[in-house]
Amino acid sequence: MTEIVHADRALALIGGEPNDANLRRYLHGIPGVDAVGLQQRAAGLGTRSIKTTSKAWALDRIIGLIDLTTLEGADTPGKVRSLVAKAVTPDPGDLTCPRVAAVCVYGDMVPHAVQALGAAHGEIAVAAVATAFPSGRASRSIKLEDTADAVAAGADEIDMVIDRGAFLAGRYGQVFDEIAAVKEACRRADGTYAHLKVILETGELNTYDNVRRASWLGILAGGDFIKTSTGKVSPAATLPVTLLMLEVVRDWYRLTGHQVGVKPAGGIRTSKDAIKYLVTVAETAGEEWLTPHLFRFGASSLLNDVLLQRQKVATGHYSGPDYVTID
Amino acid sequence: MSRLAVPKTYKLYIGGAFPRSESGRTYEITSAKGAFLANAAKASRKDARDAVVAARAAVSGWSGATAYNRGQVLYRIAELLEGRREQFVAEIVDVEGASAAKATAQVDAAIDRWVWYAGWADKYAQVVGNANPVAGPYFNISVPEPSGVVAIVAPQDSSLLGLVSVVAPALVAGNTVVVVASQRLPLSAISLSEVLATSDVPKGVVNVLTGSPAEITPWLASHADVNGLDLAGAGDLDWVDLQIAAADTLKRVLAPEEVGQSLGRITAFTETKTVWHTKGLI
Repeated sequence: MTEIVHADRALALIGGEPNDANLRRYLHGIPGVDAVGLQQRAAGLGTRSIKTTSKAWALDRIIGLIDLTTLEGADTPGKVRSLVAKAVTPDPGDLTCPRVAAVCVYGDMVPHAVQALGAAHGEIAVAAVATAFPSGRASRSIKLEDTADAVAAGADEIDMVIDRGAFLAGRYGQVFDEIAAVKEACRRADGTYAHLKVILETGELNTYDNVRRASWLGILAGGDFIKTSTGKVSPAATLPVTLLMLEVVRDWYRLTGHQVGVKPAGGIRTSKDAIKYLVTVAETAGEEWLTPHLFRFGASSLLNDVLLQRQKVATGHYSGPDYVTID
Repeated sequence: MSRLAVPKTYKLYIGGAFPRSESGRTYEITSAKGAFLANAAKASRKDARDAVVAARAAVSGWSGATAYNRGQVLYRIAELLEGRREQFVAEIVDVEGASAAKATAQVDAAIDRWVWYAGWADKYAQVVGNANPVAGPYFNISVPEPSGVVAIVAPQDSSLLGLVSVVAPALVAGNTVVVVASQRLPLSAISLSEVLATSDVPKGVVNVLTGSPAEITPWLASHADVNGLDLAGAGDLDWVDLQIAAADTLKRVLAPEEVGQSLGRITAFTETKTVWHTKGLI
């Protein structure tokens, strides 16, 4: 029901069928991005000093927002199991440490992740990348099957990549239809939907204007989350790009009252960087966005740095990499 | 025509770069008679933290270099010190109030000591390593390996010789160093940083902090990513507490002492690895 309401709202905004012409008229009608202003704003948000109790709160919150990720060609069931073990108990020396939001794996690793999570599945979600991740260069039927496979195997969230080639060529209708079709493929047997994260791969979109248009496109087509990057392309997530996407999400919320999430992924390795993102979220979309339903970090090495900082806050001494696991 | 003096404000040496203290603090270096000489950066605990990160990153490269190569690199530093002899002498005369003859003697002794330690780089393992006799068809070999990151409090009453006497031996085995210079006499440490920056020593292998040892050392002593602690210049601090803090993370610790030159200072920050290997099966 909500899906239909959502689709109607999108169609009303676009002013007709979601074909190339209508989407182009709508997306190119969005004002351009003031690049200097955006970067200055992002840099300004990055200078906030977060200390003592605020820092302790921020560190715990960061852990609770992490999609702990392994997306390597060399992933094995064993690697996924150890990733899950770390997701469940990030710091074995301190059981008050919160758990991460989700583990993010390739589609064929979903059964291993679900099995390893056991009773913790639910508290910790399983996210799967699909649709010929990371390039997205496959036919639509393959992408849809990829998605349906992962959902059938128990994935709670699907991270899809948009067809950047089609987007850059101006075939917005094709991108829109594909996102909508993947969303439909996220439907489970009981009629519920796996959450859909739409990866824009901002590193390949070249301009801030394109990032803004792709963000709108992803939201209009029904994405529950918009995600910056696959992590396989440099530059991955940057603060200005994430700020820009948060602004789109904020504008969409003001327009429709519907909340969409944002997930920066790739390149966020230190607690200091992650705290800058928290500040940016709170100052742009609002503090209510700082929940796992609306904001995630796609990261692997970030967790270790946060744990080291957390140990420093807890003990008063600097910790070292010998005191966290090697992933 | 009179010329305006250019008072210097020196900086720290961390990871091959010369940053100001993160805290923005400085303190005055004065001559033995109390006249202003220059400003030095007053390092904070966060500078110490950054220095340890830089030192840790440099461990694999420095300890992985061949012993012969490390010896060459260290010897090259002695050559550069020799080239800057007059600068070091002048600074020691200024800051210690020593006579030119005494200052020259100190610089010469420091250079000689550096050469002495450089020579040990590809020899100490032969002396302290061993082929152990065991019952069975095995080679049993013990070799020294570097501990990792060593934090050092340099002797507080000596400009150059004290500093060289603690830094050089730690480097020989392949350790990387975070050294807190003499608080009152830091000029030679700063000039040594400039020598190191233009030598072949990889960045991060030596990191020099100026400031208060009383403030910085406790953070290094309790730091979980520091493997050794040399308290040579910590005699005036509460060094028993520092030893206790270091024990929590099983560091190797040297207590305050008059520092000479000895093989013992090289092996103090090494771990002995013993390997068993089968003899030929012919």
